[in-house]
Formats: sequence, structure tokens, C-alpha cells
Amino acid sequence: MWRKLAIPSILGNLADPLIYVLGLGYGLGSMLPEVGGVPYIAFLAAGMVCSSTMNSATFESMYSAFSRMHVQRTWDAIMNAPIDLDDVVLAELAWAASKSVLSGVAILAVVWMLGLSGSVLSLWVIALLPLIGLTFGALALAVTAMARSYDFFMYYFTLLITPMNLLCGVFFPVEQLPAAFQAIAAFLPLTHAVAIARPLLLGQIPSDAVLHLLVLLAYAAAGFYAATVLFRRRLLK
Amino acid sequence: MAVLAAHNLRKFYGGAEVVAGVSFGIQAGECFGLLGPNGAGKTTTLRLCLGLTDPDGGSVELMKRPVPGEARPARARVGVVPQMDNLDPDFTVSENLLVYGRYFGLSERAIRARIPQLLDFAGLTARAASQIQTLSGGMKRRLTLARALINDPDLIFMDEPTTGLDPQARHLIWERLKQLLAGGKTIVLTTHFMEEAERLCARLAIMDRGRFITEGSPRELILRHIEPHVIEAHGDGVMDWTDHEARKLASRLEKSGDTVFCYAADPTPLLASLANRGELRYLHRPANLEDVFLKLTGRELRD
Repeated sequence: MWRKLAIPSILGNLADPLIYVLGLGYGLGSMLPEVGGVPYIAFLAAGMVCSSTMNSATFESMYSAFSRMHVQRTWDAIMNAPIDLDDVVLAELAWAASKSVLSGVAILAVVWMLGLSGSVLSLWVIALLPLIGLTFGALALAVTAMARSYDFFMYYFTLLITPMNLLCGVFFPVEQLPAAFQAIAAFLPLTHAVAIARPLLLGQIPSDAVLHLLVLLAYAAAGFYAATVLFRRRLLK
Repeated sequence: MAVLAAHNLRKFYGGAEVVAGVSFGIQAGECFGLLGPNGAGKTTTLRLCLGLTDPDGGSVELMKRPVPGEARPARARVGVVPQMDNLDPDFTVSENLLVYGRYFGLSERAIRARIPQLLDFAGLTARAASQIQTLSGGMKRRLTLARALINDPDLIFMDEPTTGLDPQARHLIWERLKQLLAGGKTIVLTTHFMEEAERLCARLAIMDRGRFITEGSPRELILRHIEPHVIEAHGDGVMDWTDHEARKLASRLEKSGDTVFCYAADPTPLLASLANRGELRYLHRPANLEDVFLKLTGRELRD
């Protein structure tokens, strides 16, 4: 599978965030003073790494997993072998997470090449990416378990993914938001991913890293648990 | 030796009892047919046997293991040909076999060694590198059959293996299934093609509304449930003939559209009567499994 998909997957996942980094980073960045003590494009880089990892894991866990489960019936075929539904769900999650890591690393490579992050600490972001992938992959799988058609995924994108991209410190610091929105952002998982990745890319040790990691882990565990329960209810009835 | 035994299986969906107390045993080497109209509970029964859904009552033993408790190791010895083709469109013909073998924990080397004979069995040697989308319906079915054999199973479940195939493709599948039976495999087959059941199955059960309504060899079922002769008559005036003559001469009559089915132990009086009615067209034939099926499950449409 990887042999067939590696190149299109990297290119497909790279183009979009790259346009954001370059367009917003240089375009908008040239009009802005420094953000948080660094040029805007350097600030934006961490946000885009996290956000594109999230988007890639989400997309894979929703559209691709739904195709394999519902349209192609690949899951049915696999479950006729000595493999249980929970194994299939775990494998989908691992697949989505690994694909998202690939796109996260691709953006990271561009960030390094553009000289937006020179710190050795930024290497730690590579270790963070799988957790981001697992978190958003697991949440999206729970949505997939409830989906009747592809249309259903628009709700999740509109109601959660887009707000997270805007509220969680991807494009601007969370502190810029009104207090109420800051409170909401504190509960959203992407906020915690960005809160670890940004300092690392800027060469700082993240504060409260353990707390942020625990929040991501909790979302990953809850998402996966919900997904297994919902898929069992859907497919093993 | 019983390779599959079900005891008083029950399954409810919503308020409806889809499988309503089904018991049966399958011996190694036999071909058992499960017949029934759409919605009779055939597929659900198979899913219960494979441990893909939990029964609301009763028990299953598959390959000497309790299901669903030990369904996984039991399924390792079983092959399944599902009703709908679910080959992986991302892979070629031989890659489909390779990937599927990996789900059974077989080594890549062992699978690769097995692929040529499976492709040969399926008549797909020339298409080994083809994409799934380029295969015809018959080829896909044959590949699905070959895929079900990747683990050299002792027991093969087939859920309507020839539905949607043209006669040539269907005959080829039948021929392959006979080959498997000759090789000592056990087959459990659901179908609503009576000819398929009559040709392949040594023993069969007719299922309707979640229950087995009869069970036996095709010959036994015909002897037990139906008169040996059938005369199908149609044409202008057939209803007049039915009401005035056939009703007295046949032991049982059924109307379906503009055709009348006359069942009788002795067809001679009916044939004599028809000889005087030049405007009617008729067919005299021995009773078959379809007559049994229609008698027991009725002629109305099922969805």
C-alpha cells in the first residue's frame, strides 16, 4: 500500500499547507510586526505543521476509512479472516496516524529548508507528530462510525476542524481571542498540540508539556474507545 | 465428524426474530445447502456461525470450537465467499491473494508459493497483474473463490456464490465447487437457485421467516412434499379449462400470472384433457426442487 501511495500522498498533503505558509507567512507577515517575538512566518510554521497533521489524519480516518468500510466492504472481507473488528479499527488508526506523520514531516522539512527553525529542539516535533495523528485519527474514526454517507463528514469539518484551525493558535496566538473563546480553545486538542510544537520549533522548552501531552492522550484514548464501541454497534449487530 | 453444529440459534433485530431457533449439524466432506427467499435469515445464520454477530440464544460450534468465544482460531480453518464481491480495488489480482493471505498470518513466501495454483484454479493466470476494475463479474467471483481458499480451509461458506452471473460463469463456478468437494472440502452454501442446490448439495434445508421448514436430500424433499408430475399450462382459455376440467383431474393447482401449475400423481387424465384443447400450450415435466420451494414458501414476492 505504501509503495503505491507514498508519492501522491506526500505531494497532496504538502501543497495545501505550503501555500498557507508561504502565502500567509510572507504576504500577511510582511504587514505584521513580530508575533510573539518572532517573524510571523516562523510563528505560523508550528501551527501549519500541527494543523496539516490533524487534517491529514482526519481526512484519512473519515473518507478513506469510510470507503474501505462501507463502499468497498474491505472490512467485511478482513473480518472473515481470523481478525476482529477492533483489530481493523486499530489498524485504520495506525494507518491514518502514519500517513499524517508523513505529511507533518514534509511540512517540517520545508520549515527547516526555509530556515524558519534552526533549533535542535525542533527534532522533538517528529516525536510529537504520531500523537497528533493518533488523537485526530481516533476522533475522526468515531465520527466515521456514525456516518451514513460522505455528506456527514461536512458537519465535523464545519463544526470542529475549521473552528479548531481558527481558535487553537494556528494563525495567531490564542491570547488574541476574547476570554470566552480562549476558554473554549483550552478544551480543544489542537491548542495543546500547537502549545508543544511552537516552542520546540522556536528553540524553547515548552511549558506544561506533560499537561498538554496528557490532554492529547486523553482525546486519543476517548476517541478510540468511542470508535470501537460505535463500530461494534454498527457492524456486529 | 461434525465441522459445524448449531443448536437452537436465535437472533432478534428490533422486535423481529430473524433467526428463530435453528439447529443443524454439518459433517466433514458434505455440501449443505441453505435455501430460502430473500430475508429468510440465511445470511444472518451464516454470520452467527462465523462469530460476526452474537446470538440472542443458542450456541454454535465451528471446527470444534465454541463461537463467538473462539471464533478467531475457528475462522483460521474456514474460507468465506461473501454475497457481495469485496475484493480490494487498490490491488491487482495476485496482490489481492497475497494481502488476504497475510490476514491469516501466512508468510509472504508461503502465499507466493500458493498463488499460481489458486490463479490456475480460478482460470485467472493470464490476469495475475490486472486491476480488479478490469475484471468481469464472473472473474471477480472466481477470484473471490480463490481468495477464500488462500488458507487451504476445511470448510467453505458461500453466500449466494452465483447470484448475478451469466450461465457460462455459473457453470464454471459449479464445476469448481464439485472439484473442491471431490478434494474433501466441506461446503455450506446459501442460494435461491434451485438448480444449483439440486446439482451440488447432498443435503439441504429450506429456511423461511427464521426457521428451517424442511430438511433432507433434494430427492427426499421432492418425494416428501410434492406430487411427482407437473403440467404447466397457459394460453387463451386456460382459466376456463382450469375451472371446468383441471380442478377435477389434478390433486393440486397453483396459478401464477397466466400460467396454471397442475400437480398430479398420475398425469394421464390431464394430458388427455389437454389433447382436446388445441388452443392451450402446456409443458409436462417431473416435479423439481423449485416446486417444493414454491409450495413451502409461497409464490408471493419477497423483498
